[in-house]
Amino acid sequence: MSNSTEHPIHFKRLQREESASFDRSTLDYIHRASSTGLYEIRGLGAKRKLPHFDDLVFLTASLSRYPLEGYREKCSTRTVLGTRFAKKPVVLDTPITIAGMSFGALSANVKEALGKAATAMGTTTTTGDGGMTSEERQSSKTLVYQCLPSRYGFNPDDVRRADAIEIVLGQGAKPGGGGMLLGQKVNPRVAQMRTLPQGVDQRSASRHPDWTGPDDLTIKIQELRELTDWEKPIYVKVGATRVYNDVKLAVHAGADVVVVDGMQGGTAATQTCFIEHAGIPTLAAVRQAVAALQDLDMIGKVQLIVSGGIRSGADVAKALALGADAVAIGQGVLMALGCNRDSYQQGGQTHSAEADYTALGTQAGYCHHCHTGKCPVGVTTQDAILEQRLEPDNGAKHVKNYLKTLTMELTTLARACGKQDVHHLEPEDLVALTVEAAAMAKVPLAGTQWIPGHNLG
Amino acid sequence: MCGIVGLLLKKPELYSQLGELMVPMLIGMHDRGPDSAGMAVFGQPLPEGQRKISLYSGLTEAGAGYDWVALVDALNAELKVKAHIQTKGNHAIFTFEGPADPVKAFIKAFEDKLHILSTGRRIDLYKDIGTPAQVAERYDFSKLVGSHLVGHTRMATESAVTPDRAHPFTAGEDFCLVHNGSLSNPNGVRRMLEPRGIKFETDNDTEAACRFLEWRLREGDDLHTALQKAFEALDGFYTFLMGTSTELALIRDPFACKPAVVAETDDYVAIASEFRSLAHLPGIEHATVFEPAPEEMYVWKI
Amino acid sequence: MENLTFDLSRQSVRELNQHLHGSPESLAGQHVEVLHPDGAHNIAVGINAPVSVTIKGHAGYYAAGMNKFADVTIEGSASTGVAENMMSGKVHVKGFASNGAGASAHGGLLVIDGDAGLRCGISLKGGDIVVGGSVGSFSGFMAQAGRMVICGNAGDALGDSLYEAVIYVKGEIKSLGADAQLEPLTEADTTALADLLAKAGLAHAPTDFKRVASARSLYHWNADADQDY
Repeated sequence: MSNSTEHPIHFKRLQREESASFDRSTLDYIHRASSTGLYEIRGLGAKRKLPHFDDLVFLTASLSRYPLEGYREKCSTRTVLGTRFAKKPVVLDTPITIAGMSFGALSANVKEALGKAATAMGTTTTTGDGGMTSEERQSSKTLVYQCLPSRYGFNPDDVRRADAIEIVLGQGAKPGGGGMLLGQKVNPRVAQMRTLPQGVDQRSASRHPDWTGPDDLTIKIQELRELTDWEKPIYVKVGATRVYNDVKLAVHAGADVVVVDGMQGGTAATQTCFIEHAGIPTLAAVRQAVAALQDLDMIGKVQLIVSGGIRSGADVAKALALGADAVAIGQGVLMALGCNRDSYQQGGQTHSAEADYTALGTQAGYCHHCHTGKCPVGVTTQDAILEQRLEPDNGAKHVKNYLKTLTMELTTLARACGKQDVHHLEPEDLVALTVEAAAMAKVPLAGTQWIPGHNLG
Repeated sequence: MCGIVGLLLKKPELYSQLGELMVPMLIGMHDRGPDSAGMAVFGQPLPEGQRKISLYSGLTEAGAGYDWVALVDALNAELKVKAHIQTKGNHAIFTFEGPADPVKAFIKAFEDKLHILSTGRRIDLYKDIGTPAQVAERYDFSKLVGSHLVGHTRMATESAVTPDRAHPFTAGEDFCLVHNGSLSNPNGVRRMLEPRGIKFETDNDTEAACRFLEWRLREGDDLHTALQKAFEALDGFYTFLMGTSTELALIRDPFACKPAVVAETDDYVAIASEFRSLAHLPGIEHATVFEPAPEEMYVWKI
Repeated sequence: MENLTFDLSRQSVRELNQHLHGSPESLAGQHVEVLHPDGAHNIAVGINAPVSVTIKGHAGYYAAGMNKFADVTIEGSASTGVAENMMSGKVHVKGFASNGAGASAHGGLLVIDGDAGLRCGISLKGGDIVVGGSVGSFSGFMAQAGRMVICGNAGDALGDSLYEAVIYVKGEIKSLGADAQLEPLTEADTTALADLLAKAGLAHAPTDFKRVASARSLYHWNADADQDY
């Protein structure tokens, strides 16, 4: 053997050295783009690692503060939304609500399951782009009805049947963009509800058809108040970008409740460039929203709902401590229903879904194929066979369990901080584990007094 | 995001009623802009060689108690410009002889927190935080006299609610502009103008539009040409209403997202964001009422 | 027929609307006159009864918004979003209408004697709109179902991203939007036009109109279509 074939091992590694700028995922991106001439569309939210609630921890009580007894002493989770102008505010038993997701993106069974779970938990569920289904109205005691740019299925009867109206300006996954529903999900019922031809690749508008800007929004809110005889709370939902200004303006325009959706928020179908490159993390968005409410002296008058990547009771507790009055959960709830699980339950049996994941070219744990409508566990589908895989009662039980777990975790942490009410959590109960999280959440880095950028504006 | 109003009187015998006719117009735009309000009024021109500047003292420590007399005495002692003043609380109009720049430089050096609102031979400008009704009351808007005016009520979008960020914005002499909408490239416009020696006083997007137009006018463009260049340079949503010494001009962006309505009679041309502000005008029931088209320039002369 | 008058120089829009939200039985056949509207917003929104309303002057934003069953006449002009999201009934504007007239209307008939501003019939979902004058740019944007009749001219990008709605234009079309195309007028079209023009009280020959409908090339993602999505 000659020496030339006996390169040291690191020579071989050098031959396979990956470029940081053109890493494997960038190469895949370019190869895909050059093959199709069309941007990638997918479901779920941002996949990149972002500063998040995980980067915060609670300073629970020990000697300077006294904890409440975890299993006995009262810790209230009651939450009231819409106290500013509405004659009939929304009263919740838990500050954890279910985010707006459309019938179309989700099946009618899923919408029904969400309504049942929310009702059992004393919280709200929310319609989405495409209107209100009779299933979700009947199963939801308290239902928030969205008014979106597309106005698909939007009608005054459903406005009157709703318990609150949410004017949607944007979504954390795609602030500044409209919704999408690919043709395979536009089945006859979806098409009929949206007044669209069956099977079209539906692109929603990004701006409302009859108003632009906060001065017009003021009038739009008044219209909805007039229509509902000033009974129902009006929420305004924004995707988190210029949060401080947007929240201020939503309040100026007369919102009862402001919903801020951070960039980890999900979607059933959106351009990847939007999902990964627009908006700010939820952690940063909460504090900007709270600052806007504080500057307007609107804390406790206009309520703040935060959403975007909230998964656990700890996330909820941290969002509340940072100043949210409630949270909204979308993706976590879908996962409770079985999203990305390797099996589904149908007819009292557990069935493997692995072959269906394989057919989509993915596997349980990595699936983001909501846009295809071929959800192996029957959650984000309109397919007549697949949708049977999610049975409303079974789904409702899972979602209820999930929300119950989250609520218990929330009160566990609140009690440990010595609070008899989860709304008494405050930013001072938190410290950050990373400099980034400390700067965004404006809480000190653990073990220090240091809040990066503090007092620098 | 705001309400705008404009009024141009066609008959000199009506000039004394300008303020009285305008105040309900401004108050009609309360809901569109409750944060601050402002008004630029164009009256009889000063004699050749004289100029006036409007000043605001609300940002100084003394505020409405500012010692205007001390300032005018110092100005006359130093520059010999025969300045005299009319004051109204936070607000003063200095009339003087000769060019404006040395006077403005002197005032800035004397008290840098004084805000110079406008300069020219016809224009007086008032703006302050507060509702339209409060600001109108504070500065006796109903008693204003002149041939035409441009007014504004502001709902702040991105820049803060302060008197200097209220509209109208002015640049150069006898030119002002108000804006309803939101520009999407104000910082780029600003960075293009600053190296040309054009100074900005606020971070407001409207100021960028105003200084752009004034720059074009100073470079020799007529109003039409300047507005054409504005269509190319400015991005975003806007309805602009501008006042010059003898004209009102209006443009809307190609998307015409922000409203505007015009009413014209033999006596006046009145412009507002909404009809609500025109409803009280005399003879409105027989006026020609129309919506200005997008990307069109409308110019009305006194 | 019962007649009732609301004078908005003395009474509030709230009082008017609260009355108009009374029980459909009590409102049926009633005629309500609205005096001194003076551009007030949200006049007669959310009516859910076969009542007739005459607004004696200029209306502000969203006049007769989300109308159901009612017959609303605006004797002056209407601001942004007149008859937006109408479900049924009729709204008649005798002057001009501003932007977004009939936006997202699911049903009913909107007649505008004068011109309409930009985005007339945007996101139309089944209503009919007849404009005696011209319409501004982006009219019929993403219109999904329903019919628009434009007796004057149309601005830029008419019918951009049109779905199944059909637009008839008598005058000039400044430009068609993406996926909108001119199609030959069929007999069914002239019958429909004659009916709509008659309902609007406008005397035009149906055969003088051009038909604009969707080319349906944007119904599915298609990289080769060379379109901006």
